[in-house]
Amino acid sequence: MSAVITEKKLKVVGTSPDRPDGVPKLTGTAQYGADNSLPGMLWGKILRSPHAHARIRKIDASKALKLPGVKAVITGADLPDQKFEYLGAERVAVNFWHMTRNILAREKVLYEGHALAAVAATTPAIAAEALKLIEVDYEVLPHVIDVDEAMKPDAPLLFEDMITRGIEPPPAKPSNISKRLGFKLGDPNAVFATADEVVEMSFKTAAVHQGYIEPHACLARADADGQAEVWSSSQGHFVVRTFTTKLLGMKTGDLRCHASEIGGAFGGKTVVYVEPVAVMLSKKTGHPVKIMMTREDVFKATGPTSGASMTIKIGVMRDGKIVAAHGLFKYQAGAFPGSPVMNGCMCGFAPYDIANVETVGYDVVCNRPKSVAYRAPGSPISAFAVESTLDMVAKKIGMDPLQLRLKNIAKIGTPTVFGTKLAHAGFAETLQALQKHPAYNAPLGKNQGRGMALGYWFNGGGESSATVNVNEDGTVVVATGSPDIGGSRASTAQMAAETLGIPYDAVRPIIADTNSVGYTQATGGSRVTFATGMTVINACNKVIEEMCVRAAKLWKLDRADVIWEDGSARPAGKHAGAFEPMPFKAIAAKRTATGGPIVASASVNAEGQAPGFSAQFCDVEVDPETGYVKILRYVAAQDVGRAIHPKYCEGQITGGVVQGIGWALNEEYIYDKNGRLENAGFLDYRMPVASDVPMIEAMIVEVPNPNHPYGVKGVAEANIVPPMAAIANAIHAATGKRLTDLPMSPPKVLAALDA
Amino acid sequence: MAKQHVSTTLNGNAVEFLCESRQSLLDVLRDELHLTGTKEGCGTGDCGACTVNVDGRMMCSCLFLGVEAQGKTIQTIEGMANGDKLHVLQRKFLEHAALQCGICTPGMLIAAKTLLDHNPNPTEVETRYWLAGNLCRCTGYNPIIDAVLDAAKELRGA
Repeated sequence: MSAVITEKKLKVVGTSPDRPDGVPKLTGTAQYGADNSLPGMLWGKILRSPHAHARIRKIDASKALKLPGVKAVITGADLPDQKFEYLGAERVAVNFWHMTRNILAREKVLYEGHALAAVAATTPAIAAEALKLIEVDYEVLPHVIDVDEAMKPDAPLLFEDMITRGIEPPPAKPSNISKRLGFKLGDPNAVFATADEVVEMSFKTAAVHQGYIEPHACLARADADGQAEVWSSSQGHFVVRTFTTKLLGMKTGDLRCHASEIGGAFGGKTVVYVEPVAVMLSKKTGHPVKIMMTREDVFKATGPTSGASMTIKIGVMRDGKIVAAHGLFKYQAGAFPGSPVMNGCMCGFAPYDIANVETVGYDVVCNRPKSVAYRAPGSPISAFAVESTLDMVAKKIGMDPLQLRLKNIAKIGTPTVFGTKLAHAGFAETLQALQKHPAYNAPLGKNQGRGMALGYWFNGGGESSATVNVNEDGTVVVATGSPDIGGSRASTAQMAAETLGIPYDAVRPIIADTNSVGYTQATGGSRVTFATGMTVINACNKVIEEMCVRAAKLWKLDRADVIWEDGSARPAGKHAGAFEPMPFKAIAAKRTATGGPIVASASVNAEGQAPGFSAQFCDVEVDPETGYVKILRYVAAQDVGRAIHPKYCEGQITGGVVQGIGWALNEEYIYDKNGRLENAGFLDYRMPVASDVPMIEAMIVEVPNPNHPYGVKGVAEANIVPPMAAIANAIHAATGKRLTDLPMSPPKVLAALDA
Repeated sequence: MAKQHVSTTLNGNAVEFLCESRQSLLDVLRDELHLTGTKEGCGTGDCGACTVNVDGRMMCSCLFLGVEAQGKTIQTIEGMANGDKLHVLQRKFLEHAALQCGICTPGMLIAAKTLLDHNPNPTEVETRYWLAGNLCRCTGYNPIIDAVLDAAKELRGA
């Protein structure tokens, strides 16, 4: 049945070669977003709101424009306004009326740090000085930060005309609730009454930032004929092109976007902030313009993921069968609609076979930066609530938490709350792999506890393109449109080498600009090794076809009499053995004589992605005097389908887990009473450092995806879903205290211990 | 504002530059000398991406003024490899897949080299604490620690 290429045939896939882009990154020559410069370049800086919520009465830039060295000042009025409409699939819908107002505010500023004007000047110091000379007349308005507060009928409104979508008939009065949505399978409310035990709990999570180390940065160059170029740090330079041209009213083909090396993103660089501003400033001045965000800008004005308020209810029989579940998820969208609450509603119960489930979600605006995707967007938040509740369910019926999950695990054919049936195996296999870990039953000491949790993520497919150019020496250049965040050049080259039957180091993978390769969606959703990998394999198969044609020509055979095996063309059928096999390199060398350049392009809109699944447990020790939680051991099993490059798969797993540890224990957006962010820096927004964590143990589980030639599912995201609940469950096991409010920082843990 | 003249030794070479007295060494390296291998992650000394070695000590170059480089010996990532031969640490980072996005890598390598200059045989815990000022958001630190310990072992000839 399975179309997956079997393991014994693989030579390159499944090994961990050095990455092709490693040396420039180790020697400092790799060009990241802020590393590009051009002669005559100006420096752009952005004026940001000091208020959480205010009406802009007037912006006066006349003094700034008189400062020597200042070449231009722009505001929202310099950008064309956009139609108010939600475009694209519901899970990822965009509204350009909102987006243009996030790039440069118009009527109101909606959060501290909201951009409202930009300057281009000859030096960074002059640009900074000019920002101080721009006079803004604000009418400060009441603000709202908390999601539950924002939903109250008397809350200050961010948009005076926002009527909640998803409610019939629509409410008469405006509110901060952008949307209500929900999914239902069976009839949980009727079934709760028949359950042996019902556990209902409420949770809160804080907004957390993706925390990439590289601030957003770009360089733009616009010509008087309307054409422009951008170099920027982004997960998708095609996305930069689409959004920037739309926001500036340009023709798509007039903007050529280059993918700089990207210094981390985790979802946070799937949108634009500085690129349209830099292009507009370049248009106005006729000079190239570079914009670099500060770290403070990054925290105040780019995407954290949502904080949330949630209530979970689970009904279970004494034998451990879960019979009904309900989840209420209220997510902060930030200043504009579009939290990942829909994902939260879909993913929370997805690991389980539950006949009766309902999830209800609210997307709520509040005076915070607009939320943006963060690694498995939405899923870690709902999983914290669901997996914590499940732990209490297990306690209530006296069952091992892993056994409870195994008993209810979803299998092929299990219906999901969002309507489809689970089409892939791997959940039970992953959980069983974790169960077999020798440390799962190891003894624990005083103040120590063990907790576990599961995590689900859809993984992604979608549009990708690739071009394979065969060189005369038998090497190939593989051009794709997927920015490489964590080693995808390596996995791309491995799949190309494997397919063509040539050595890994004969493949040079590059990220081509938007005008040099076909359209490719952003690097996100764990889609690149799956979808871009698939299109690379397809292009390589076209190359092989052409190689067979060329060999047939040299041998004066029909194409049908030539086959491709082990990296060589071979005569077949009645001609089998008539000629020595002709290797890839030999055919490449005869390019000119056999028809000219050997080039193949392929594009896909890949379907058939398989979900990612992670099962994790951790041991913690809670200091009863300080409330400090120390992670003693962390084990994370994840089904990746097939690990193309096992070391980089492990890196994704350990990296996701440590981000989850930060989310669980330390990270949060802290606001003062005026709605100003109090911890907009790495000192006070405390991400995990090397001394905070032990070696994370990654267990790669391989249940191949039959819809990908090498079985790939995707690896980057499911790993961040379980940690918050796993750690909360471990703290409960250590102390008997249930923490329901993230982060579980020492003061909160201490308060729980003292309660 | 008149610029200051500064003479320094950078990656083994005598280097002179002009800078404003308020410019950080980081900005001088990147914007005046075009050595963009040293990265800015925060500008406040909290992330370590801009780590350089000044007279044998590791330093956040965003917290160090360009004019303070007068008479000092500075090493940046651009001076770590010997021609086309990678330093052992660089090679071990590659082998252990200790870089994902790579933005923290230059600072991490300079910090790790300073560690091994001081302590050729660090424990895992010592390595974790020495590198605690260098944030990495991608790897979870596993492969970085492995790479540093492996490089230390090779440098000791163990």
